[in-house]
Amino acid sequence: MTDPTPRAAAAAPLEKPASANRAIWRQFRTHKGAVFGLAVLTFLVLAVLIGPYLWNPEKLSVAKAMAVRNRPPSWQFPLGTDQLGRDMLQRMMQAGKVSLAVGFVAMFIAILVGTTVGVLAGYFKRLDGPLMRLTDMFLALPLIPLLLVMVMLFRDTIARSLGPELGAFVLICLAIGITSWMQAARIVRGEVLALKEREYVLAARSIGAAPRRIIWRHILPNVVSPVMVAATLGVAEAIITESVLSFLGLGFPPDFPTWGRLLFDGLQYMQLYPERVIWPGLAISLTVLSVNYIGDGLRDALDPRIRGR
Amino acid sequence: MLTYTLRRLLIAIPTLLFISLVIFLLVDLAPGSPLSEIPLTVPPDVRQRMIEAMGADKPVVFRYFLWLRQFFIVEPSYLVDSWFGTDLADGQQRILSWQSRAPVFQVIGERLPQTLTVIGTAYLVGVLIALPIGIYSAYRQYSLFDQFGTLFAMIGFSVPTFFSGTLFIIIFAVWLGWLPTKYNTQLNVVDWASFLEQLRQMALPVMTLGLANAAAISRYMRSSMLDNMSQDYVRTARAKGMTERTVVLKHVLRNSMIPVVTVIALGIPSIFGGAIITENLFGVNGIGAALIGAINASDLPMVQTLAFIFAVLIVTFNLIADVIYGLLDPRIRYD
Repeated sequence: MTDPTPRAAAAAPLEKPASANRAIWRQFRTHKGAVFGLAVLTFLVLAVLIGPYLWNPEKLSVAKAMAVRNRPPSWQFPLGTDQLGRDMLQRMMQAGKVSLAVGFVAMFIAILVGTTVGVLAGYFKRLDGPLMRLTDMFLALPLIPLLLVMVMLFRDTIARSLGPELGAFVLICLAIGITSWMQAARIVRGEVLALKEREYVLAARSIGAAPRRIIWRHILPNVVSPVMVAATLGVAEAIITESVLSFLGLGFPPDFPTWGRLLFDGLQYMQLYPERVIWPGLAISLTVLSVNYIGDGLRDALDPRIRGR
Repeated sequence: MLTYTLRRLLIAIPTLLFISLVIFLLVDLAPGSPLSEIPLTVPPDVRQRMIEAMGADKPVVFRYFLWLRQFFIVEPSYLVDSWFGTDLADGQQRILSWQSRAPVFQVIGERLPQTLTVIGTAYLVGVLIALPIGIYSAYRQYSLFDQFGTLFAMIGFSVPTFFSGTLFIIIFAVWLGWLPTKYNTQLNVVDWASFLEQLRQMALPVMTLGLANAAAISRYMRSSMLDNMSQDYVRTARAKGMTERTVVLKHVLRNSMIPVVTVIALGIPSIFGGAIITENLFGVNGIGAALIGAINASDLPMVQTLAFIFAVLIVTFNLIADVIYGLLDPRIRYD
């Protein structure tokens, strides 16, 4: 039998250094708003992912649904029903799933494009001028009018080849993604320009590492923190943009709603049933608020100059 | 300063050309040619003229330059004609809306004032709210007021205008009944009573847009003030025995305003995007509402032109922001 105590005792005086992740988490916890945001966002994500399994009312026949139109909140319908007798809670959960999915997918596209452009512009001097000029031009584009035009022109074609639901999803994610990568590109370029001059990059280059290897091994891991902050804020931006499109009637079809679409549908009945506008609006605002707070907290937590003070 | 301004101006031209190319290609390469979408109610001779004006039988590059010519030469010459009674345009084909068959620019000319009135007032109100909040938050950093200011800004960032606008309608128009829900575009301001009516109907859209902008600007003002508060010249001013009021409102404020003025000018383009939402929500008959109307009616010339007008507005205000920054901060000019 072995006795582990002597070794443990010997190790005791040397305190184990906290891992970077734990230090980040500790700093993150000190930001009250960020913790609140994380809690709210987790709740919302769980609600739209697990909620449909817990709350799964049977589908009513048309006649039955007509009988329960425009009901106020009750035990049978916790958030009431809409003008077609559909359960609002169930619709809110379905809509939330799409809204959040759009936010994350569009952000992912934007970050992917932005990081690529930023790294290329920052690392290769020859590409810097043209790529940054392109970024500036994209920044001058009138975003909402352009997105509206894109949706208007391509909606029917994409819907025909991919089906109305998947088509709308792909089109809107792509459209938002390729029009919101510019901030990430600028941030990444700035970081890469500074990192490129560091000694360890010079060392890597002097032993003959190819640019590709330097970028993957030495540059990219060091731009992760600013990219993560930009990504967090990008989710909020994408969710708002999507709901603006849906709100103007150019987003998702009504039988495949998002929170923005529910708000748009509720507008007609605003005077009689204001809660139908308030629930989706509140959901969007809470999501965006919590994501913004998380971004704030992450920015502090990932900055080694602030962390540990 | 002149070379700086000229250089900025020269950069703006390729940007505008790029945007016009993007907008043109987007509409041109979209499935279904624009010609197949000309409504059948358009008489054949008008249709023929429209096709010729668009150069539909020519290659893409040619059509693009034709479109540019119409936008930058034909339409402005009509404008000059209407001002001075000259005959520059010589009856050339204008860009026609498919909905109303009226020239697109005539429609825009009718609607732009509505947009500018509401947006301009909203932005002014937003700035006037934001600056004092920002200044006082910075002066009393971490005070109760500052924390409320931070919360207010965070909520202002996060609540989208279409939701805050809807909430305002529900609260102020439906529940309290103080203000009208819809904007009456027929209203002519002739006397005191109609002026008050105009103020009442502008209150909700202005409040919605203004608060959203105030949130961002107050944050910039605060951080800019904070940057300057810890500078040496502030200590010098205090050491000379100046009153707190002079130090904060003269020395610090003036230096803090440099980046904030730029941010204010840079924020103007995004407010045009916000205008599309509020105009549709409140029924203001401006160019944002015209864009949505044109999109719903598949009125491609109108959509194309309006999208480009938005781009022109954005580039113009970015240019103004750059020039103001150069004026206020000499270091920028000689970069």
